[in-house]
Amino acid sequence: MRNDFDIAVIGGGVVGLAILRRFAMSGLRCVLLERGADILSGASKGNSALLHTGFDAPTGSLELACMQAGYEEYLAIRDRLNLPLLESAALVVAWTEEELAQLPEIVAKAHRNGVRDVEQIGRGALRRREPHLSEAALGAALVPREHIIDPWSAPLAYAHQALAHGAEIRRNSEVTSGAYDGESWQLATAAGNLRARVTVNAAGNFGDLVEAIARPSPFTITPRRGQFVVFDKPAATLAKAIILPVPTERTKGVVLFRTIFGNLAIGPTAEDVDERDVAACDQPTLERLRARAIEMVPELSGIGVTAIYAGLRPASERKDYIIEALPTQNWITVGGIRSTGLTAALGIARHVAKLYEETIDSLPKAPDPIWTPVPNLAEHLPRPYMDGGEVVCHCELVTRQEIQAALSGALPAGDMNGLKRRTRATMGRCQGFYCSANVAAMYREAVDARS
Amino acid sequence: MQDPDVVIIGGGPAGLSAARRLAELGIRNVTVLEREAEAGGVPRHCGHLGFGWQSHRRIWSGPHFAAAMRRSVEGLDIRTGTSVLQIGEDGVLRIRDRSGLGEIAARRIMIATGTRETPRAPRFAGGSRPQGVMTTGALQQHVYLQGFRPFKAPVIVGTEWVSFSAILTCRHLGIRPVAMIEAQARTSAPWPGGPIARLIYGVPVLLNSRILEIRGKQQVEAVAIQSDGQRRELACDGVIFTGQFVPERAVFAEGPTIFTAGNVNAPLKTSGQCWHEGRAVAENIARSLA
Repeated sequence: MRNDFDIAVIGGGVVGLAILRRFAMSGLRCVLLERGADILSGASKGNSALLHTGFDAPTGSLELACMQAGYEEYLAIRDRLNLPLLESAALVVAWTEEELAQLPEIVAKAHRNGVRDVEQIGRGALRRREPHLSEAALGAALVPREHIIDPWSAPLAYAHQALAHGAEIRRNSEVTSGAYDGESWQLATAAGNLRARVTVNAAGNFGDLVEAIARPSPFTITPRRGQFVVFDKPAATLAKAIILPVPTERTKGVVLFRTIFGNLAIGPTAEDVDERDVAACDQPTLERLRARAIEMVPELSGIGVTAIYAGLRPASERKDYIIEALPTQNWITVGGIRSTGLTAALGIARHVAKLYEETIDSLPKAPDPIWTPVPNLAEHLPRPYMDGGEVVCHCELVTRQEIQAALSGALPAGDMNGLKRRTRATMGRCQGFYCSANVAAMYREAVDARS
Repeated sequence: MQDPDVVIIGGGPAGLSAARRLAELGIRNVTVLEREAEAGGVPRHCGHLGFGWQSHRRIWSGPHFAAAMRRSVEGLDIRTGTSVLQIGEDGVLRIRDRSGLGEIAARRIMIATGTRETPRAPRFAGGSRPQGVMTTGALQQHVYLQGFRPFKAPVIVGTEWVSFSAILTCRHLGIRPVAMIEAQARTSAPWPGGPIARLIYGVPVLLNSRILEIRGKQQVEAVAIQSDGQRRELACDGVIFTGQFVPERAVFAEGPTIFTAGNVNAPLKTSGQCWHEGRAVAENIARSLA
């Protein structure tokens, strides 16, 4: 096993994977170290999967710049990586007169942020667009280019493209310590030691702890928990656009949104928690979320709940992202990437590469890019079950071949949750009543075959 | 190929008995669409005894009953591996099978898609999401169809008849449930359910108790419950959510040419009752075609 790298990225979330991809495609020898059994097992596991324009981000912030660069690159590469896009638009809906009074400022800020197609629409226009929305809605700011994407296939595609360019991804490899000798980092992980010239900290909810390897961390991560309720598929016809609330100082608030898999979901809540690792749901909060969804779209009262989940967003005490290079230590910090990380990841990776070039070293001449399209899981696009084969998961129409593919190849699912994220198996309305034993058998067979 | 007179969606007890009855009544142009690789429905994975009495005057295990049902429809058009995606407004079924997408039209449609238990999510049972949380139906398939033991000491949520099936299923592989939890003041299954659980199987039944939180990172480690107003923890490595059956309506439609039979119609019935209902509905279909 090669143990000498140009770049070590700590953290296999969407941000770490996008950075790995960027450096690997630049021709550097890269490794990614992930503490979990699979990639995307931390902050990137539970989000709302929206592609944001940045219309409501802080004007002039690094976050906004990275989001807009990430948005552009996602659209530019998505065909070659087979990444889906559900063009839904978003509506910032005012439910009170006070909120209605804030809409002009939301529109003005969007325009300041360069999102010039945002406009205010009245009650009638809102009803025509969203006939199932409660009568209580008074008006909205329409954001035409906010869209819905697949939260897992995008980072998986970044991972595969990095692998194709020679990168390594090591899972079950928590970094326990590190030392810089003036030229390179010696990193100790749960799965052995390695050497890397430059270390990138993209450790998400563990960012401040990992930062302490290089310096007393200048920031503290206080994970912010977000809970979600996912409604059954008939609900997806009840709200076409992403329904956003008028934001408060603290949070963007609870959003009602379609998923790319054909459901309708509500979330996230924003609760500061001590736990960095396990995102738990609680019944009273889930009941409140469901009730809020029904307030917004009354017909949801007749539709069942398919799933519940929670995520932890790596919030810090700072408003903006913390991205900086320590050139004397060959260390790059990427911390406090909150809910906008999925959109911004590709932009963050570009920014990090630029920092590297400006402060650490030049990049070699990049080879021709290799494109690694990922399987489509989006409901509105063709799926493999349409071509035949054996369906294993009936609710989500997942074929045996899709599951087998996710259990093999360059980055096979590291655990059952990774398999679910890669295929949707057991994620539908029956939650595994019919297929979980078959899926477990396939998983076990693949693990046995590998060992 | 000519369109069948009757398409039956679902090859469980209701669907198979309807197919057989239609054949007996001289309507042979009948097609059963079954999405699993094998017909038989839920009894396929109920490995314990208790099946067949109402239909065949025998006491069999579920898989034995399923095999008997399959034998009784030998020679009929039973298409496994075939999912119905949608029942169109025009009554045409959009289907998919091993060769891809297709359509099938019929003069009559019978929906016999059965029932399933309510899993964790719609019950809003909070906590983390470790491995080892499943319904009885999923447990039965792990144990009886795959020979897997997904946990050693689970908590059983619910005290319906199926909850006792969960105990039997556990015992098959030496799994020892630590408790049954019931939100009401009495067991849902009629007496002597509670005493049987306690005295014969040694599983304590906690009444007036509900699950607050599931704990654990990889595998379940404990559940927090509210029991008689007190919060307490039960160490366990799995949670079985039993019962609260809901119709499995992956596809559904209504109209003069559409019939339903079995457990897709609440309330919950035994497999034998579904078998009889399938026959009765088949007779209605035959009359409507005459």
